[in-house]
Amino acid sequence: MKGKKRDELLFDHNQDGVDRRGFLKCMAWAGTGTLCVMKGGVLNSYSLSRWAELDPAEMKGELSFAQISDSHMGFNKPANTDVVGTLQAAVEKVNALKISPEFLLHTGDISHLAKPEEFDTVDQILRGAAAKQVFFVPGEHDVIGDDGKQYLDRYAKTANGSGWYSFDSKGVHFVGLVNVLNLKAGGLGSLGQDQLEWLEKDLKGLTASTPVVVFAHIPLWSIYPQWGWGTEDSAQALGYLKRFGSVTVLNGHIHQTMQKVEGNVTFHTAASTAFPQPHPGAADSPGPMKVPAEQLRGLLGITSVKFKRGKHALAIVDSNLTDAMSSEMQGTQSY
Amino acid sequence: MKSRVKWIGITTAVIVGLALSAGMTAGEAQPKTNEGGSQVKIDNFTFAPNTLTVPVGTTVQWVNRDDIPHTVVSEDKSTFKSKALDTDDNFSYTFSKAGTYSYFCSIHPKMTGKVVVQ
Repeated sequence: MKGKKRDELLFDHNQDGVDRRGFLKCMAWAGTGTLCVMKGGVLNSYSLSRWAELDPAEMKGELSFAQISDSHMGFNKPANTDVVGTLQAAVEKVNALKISPEFLLHTGDISHLAKPEEFDTVDQILRGAAAKQVFFVPGEHDVIGDDGKQYLDRYAKTANGSGWYSFDSKGVHFVGLVNVLNLKAGGLGSLGQDQLEWLEKDLKGLTASTPVVVFAHIPLWSIYPQWGWGTEDSAQALGYLKRFGSVTVLNGHIHQTMQKVEGNVTFHTAASTAFPQPHPGAADSPGPMKVPAEQLRGLLGITSVKFKRGKHALAIVDSNLTDAMSSEMQGTQSY
Repeated sequence: MKSRVKWIGITTAVIVGLALSAGMTAGEAQPKTNEGGSQVKIDNFTFAPNTLTVPVGTTVQWVNRDDIPHTVVSEDKSTFKSKALDTDDNFSYTFSKAGTYSYFCSIHPKMTGKVVVQ
């Protein structure tokens, strides 16, 4: 390892899709701190131990934002009895980023049981974030019992339908989708015809060179349908995105980081700030995974994303919460 | 890679340990019937028994033994519909007509079950 300048992976996904070996190596690092920087269609991955060697200027982009997910406020089982503390740690971690994110995306399961006080607590903690704007999409836990009425009232008053919307920031088009409502028995996440029609119209006026970021709670790629980790009508949505040169899909729900590149689309799932879940098929069910206390924060985390104009690519960085708590790491992280 | 393999090993051991202890506790405490009714246990993201056969007039009770909330909702979404059931919460419904009632968890729709009323 010593002779190598950097522990990096290079693969040109614009030519022939994902290099499987590279993908698996990136996966192995997920959760222990991985930095993925994408430039001009080439993805570089760096292990946590190498962050100090990175040049911050190299990481600079014109737009950066952070994703947090699955805060499950109200959860109090052995897998994590302090979801308030871990969400606060995530916010502190985002605040400590050298390049301040413009805004935060929360990809759902804000609350555990859709109780008003759970939403209140999250809102209060997020008020401590340096980035003042937070964009939400609902998780299935946020819409329990009332088909999302409370969620809509709190977070998506000006949105369309059951809470979907789009906005633009520095030339990047962002689309927040809802795939946790009107679920059918035996089925997966669902977008529904109304939302798909809206999406088609929303994207119609954009030039193919516009970078697009789509975010939704349940993965829009089929990760493990046996556990419901997929969206049944996502193929139609992805069809509308085919003509764009750069598409990034950000999801939550599975409480672990995973990444896949398929043609022009980079799929990415974020870690939870509350509790980890098992790898697909590694347990009988996707329930909360209890890990030794000292490992917990290493399996929770945040994602920060940067966009560089002209590069048509986004750099996605996953960080776990252990780093936020380690004074040794303070000031040595380069983004 | 070596440390990762070890980590998975530890995690698996923890999960197996939890599953065993959960199974044992439930086994000891599980009342098979309640006042001429019948119980469905929700555990590990499954309804057990998956198909329950009962006589007309039976009150069926669902109990959630998972660390995650679930719901019990009839497939037509109107015959019966529980609120969110947190750990150890329960929901009951009395079946007054014969028929096959399919239901699911509206937040984890892969979870499905049936009550056959004779």
